[in-house]
Amino acid sequence: MASVYREEDLGFSVDRESLIRLLREVLPGDDLLLDNESMRPYECDGLSAYRELPLVVALPTTVEQVQDVLRICSALNVPVVARGAGTSLSAGALPHPQGVLLSLARFNRILELDQDRRIARVQPGVRNLAISEAAAPHGLYYAPDPSSQITCTIGGNVAENAGGVHCLKYGLTVHNVLSVTMVTMDGDRVVLGSEALDSPGYDLLAAVTGSEGMLGIVVEVTVKLLPNPPAREVLLVAFPEVESAGNAVAGIIAAGIIPGGLEMMDNPAIRAAEDFVHAGYPVEAAAILICELDGNADEVRDQVARVRALLRDLGANDIRVAETDEQRTRFWAGRKAAFPAVGRISPDYYCMDGTIPRKRLAEVLQRMQTLSAEYGQRVVNVFHAGDGNLHPLVLYDGNVPGEFERTEELGGRILELCVEVGGTVTGEHGVGMEKINQMCLQFETAALDQFRALKAAFDPNGLLNPGKAIPTLNRCAEFGAMHVHHGQLPHADIPRF
Amino acid sequence: MSKDISKELVEQVREALAQRTPLEIRGTASKHFYGRTPWGRVLDMRGHSGIVNYEPTELVLTARAGTRLEELDRALREQGQMLPFEPPCFGGDGTLGGAIAAGLSGPQRPWVGSVRDLMLGIRLINGKAEHLRFGGEVMKNVAGYDISRLMAGAMGTLGVITEVSIKVLPRPDTETTIILPIDPDSAFPAVEKWYREGLPVTGSAHDGERLFLRLAGTRSAVDAGVARAGGKQLEDGEAWWRDLRDQQHAFFHDDTLPLWRISLPPMISETGISGPRWHDWNGQLHWQRTETPSTRIRAAVAELGGHATQFRYGDRESEVFHPPAEPLMRLHQRVKQAFDPADIFNPGRLYTHL
Repeated sequence: MASVYREEDLGFSVDRESLIRLLREVLPGDDLLLDNESMRPYECDGLSAYRELPLVVALPTTVEQVQDVLRICSALNVPVVARGAGTSLSAGALPHPQGVLLSLARFNRILELDQDRRIARVQPGVRNLAISEAAAPHGLYYAPDPSSQITCTIGGNVAENAGGVHCLKYGLTVHNVLSVTMVTMDGDRVVLGSEALDSPGYDLLAAVTGSEGMLGIVVEVTVKLLPNPPAREVLLVAFPEVESAGNAVAGIIAAGIIPGGLEMMDNPAIRAAEDFVHAGYPVEAAAILICELDGNADEVRDQVARVRALLRDLGANDIRVAETDEQRTRFWAGRKAAFPAVGRISPDYYCMDGTIPRKRLAEVLQRMQTLSAEYGQRVVNVFHAGDGNLHPLVLYDGNVPGEFERTEELGGRILELCVEVGGTVTGEHGVGMEKINQMCLQFETAALDQFRALKAAFDPNGLLNPGKAIPTLNRCAEFGAMHVHHGQLPHADIPRF
Repeated sequence: MSKDISKELVEQVREALAQRTPLEIRGTASKHFYGRTPWGRVLDMRGHSGIVNYEPTELVLTARAGTRLEELDRALREQGQMLPFEPPCFGGDGTLGGAIAAGLSGPQRPWVGSVRDLMLGIRLINGKAEHLRFGGEVMKNVAGYDISRLMAGAMGTLGVITEVSIKVLPRPDTETTIILPIDPDSAFPAVEKWYREGLPVTGSAHDGERLFLRLAGTRSAVDAGVARAGGKQLEDGEAWWRDLRDQQHAFFHDDTLPLWRISLPPMISETGISGPRWHDWNGQLHWQRTETPSTRIRAAVAELGGHATQFRYGDRESEVFHPPAEPLMRLHQRVKQAFDPADIFNPGRLYTHL
């Protein structure tokens, strides 16, 4: 298979033997993987359509080793791609064929959990859920909960600014990380942020969060923990039309209520989930909302009453409030299993991640159906309705020649649609290798230049994760030329943000 | 008042760039006292004002940088919403751009979020006189580096913020302030405990003698909270918190001693620095008036894991903000270079060599 990297991203002339000789001095035994068989598990991340083998895989255990690896790679001009659990859905951790794949998997210790100050200091390879599990005995948890939380690591969460189903109220990774220790490409160790709030100087912590391994290697993360909300209610609400479900979301927020979670599924998603986990979902509904209200017990009680009345007025035809913990879990089970459920009805699926202004939801869903028909690929929708983050799943069969390519193109059109209505190509999965072309549509040339200038401030030789996240001018020029064929873009008159 | 003068602003930046003339980016100058001494040709932002887009049900407001905070507050109140980071409006003044650039968040910051937490998107004139757009009006957006949040607290040294999109939140139904005569050592752990029980805490400050606790939420939750925490209710609580937010209490008016703003990890009530002190953010923010030299303050605070800003009434020629150590300072300089290669925006306002 031809490389998914462009020729301009493959201009590194690396002498593998010299690199190995130097790395061997700091990485003994199985800290360094060299043969194709042992490197094979690292050839892709969660987006398995893209595969590459790196030159070597480094598995350091100490920060000093990470510093040494980066110094060596700087000296020899060798690309470095960081990897946590490899759950990225955008090929952010796809190895570079001329580079080192730097796995942080062995940094898997929780260094400190201070229940009085509600702080956890952890290594980057610690799993997201492991933090909440360690905090649970103290009645605390770590808020961002991406659906891969059983496996994904906090280092990867920082790199992608991971979200989850509770972001509207509790924020993204960027809102829940207090500080990171990062090794720069020069091998320097810097601490960004602190346990004290609002560190002086530039908020480099914000810049690094979500930077997809392009600015440095995170080797330690301090997160804030939240107390478990004393009360929690989950509502399962059915609507006869998608539009009224969208209006209901706006209605809840207009009433001054910020739910802990607010998720929407369309009819194909409801059916797939119901077939799979038998959550009791209404399979005739055009859309369902799962609304979780949490917090103070008195407040939650009042809010449930208000939301019920509101939803009835806004056209809901079935409102159920979970009465037991078991039922609450069941209401959520279908949503949480939506992706594997879709996996049962189709050999493969491709998960998109656009975010749109919520008021454009009905229009976007309708236009997506038109695109779906045009390409002959089915699209199923699950939606973080509270914050406008859409996850259309395009169904395809990778064994049918041409289906993946058609799906990829349809995916690209869906992202363009998100940009067109004032949204973004990625809400929480990252650009990686996957959406890099669409970045050319979302940002004007000068803005991309500014991104590159910021990148160069951290990594002047462009060694960290080359070819990802921020497209080159050449790539955009080529993509732009190819793109005019659709006859619709570029929309010169629309704001690109 | 609503007017878009961004073209003129870009032109002025282009001219300054051609002449290598430093610019002092200025709104209403309400925070002129803050940071190191400003200098340079004034780039007046007041004419670039007005709300561009406000969608209450999307929880998003976009406004031009010169928009007065008062105007935003009015528009938000009409819809039962608020700017969650409670920016100080010194003397009722202050612009949105200034609030973002200064990065100052008010009393509810530990529970509701800071300036940078609420940033969604920005328009910015960089040091090449390019007018750029980053982020947007949606809640979740990880396309490209987060340049919007990077501008919060940068004191205008990276570019001219022309427009800001910010997440807004519903204003709570009810708000009550209670006063409790307990010392900081017992007050802050108590408030933390109540918060974990679910009390809707949105403010916890101490004036040296009494704890001021603000509860805000539904009527039922606030009433239950008052019953739980006890104490005496303060008549005009809203005014008291506003005066804390804007540093209008008498404590802040004495200009005979430098006023320090010290941010600390949770649960540290004592720093060993002498002089009168108020606590905000449930003890995580110390307002300290003191004669103690800055080097000693910074050393003591750094030891505790915090940082100290000489907020007002002090020497503005040396460092006002806690300077980062190398190699972090070098990284700051490179970032400054990346945005403002000719060094024309607010030179020296943040740090001597930035």
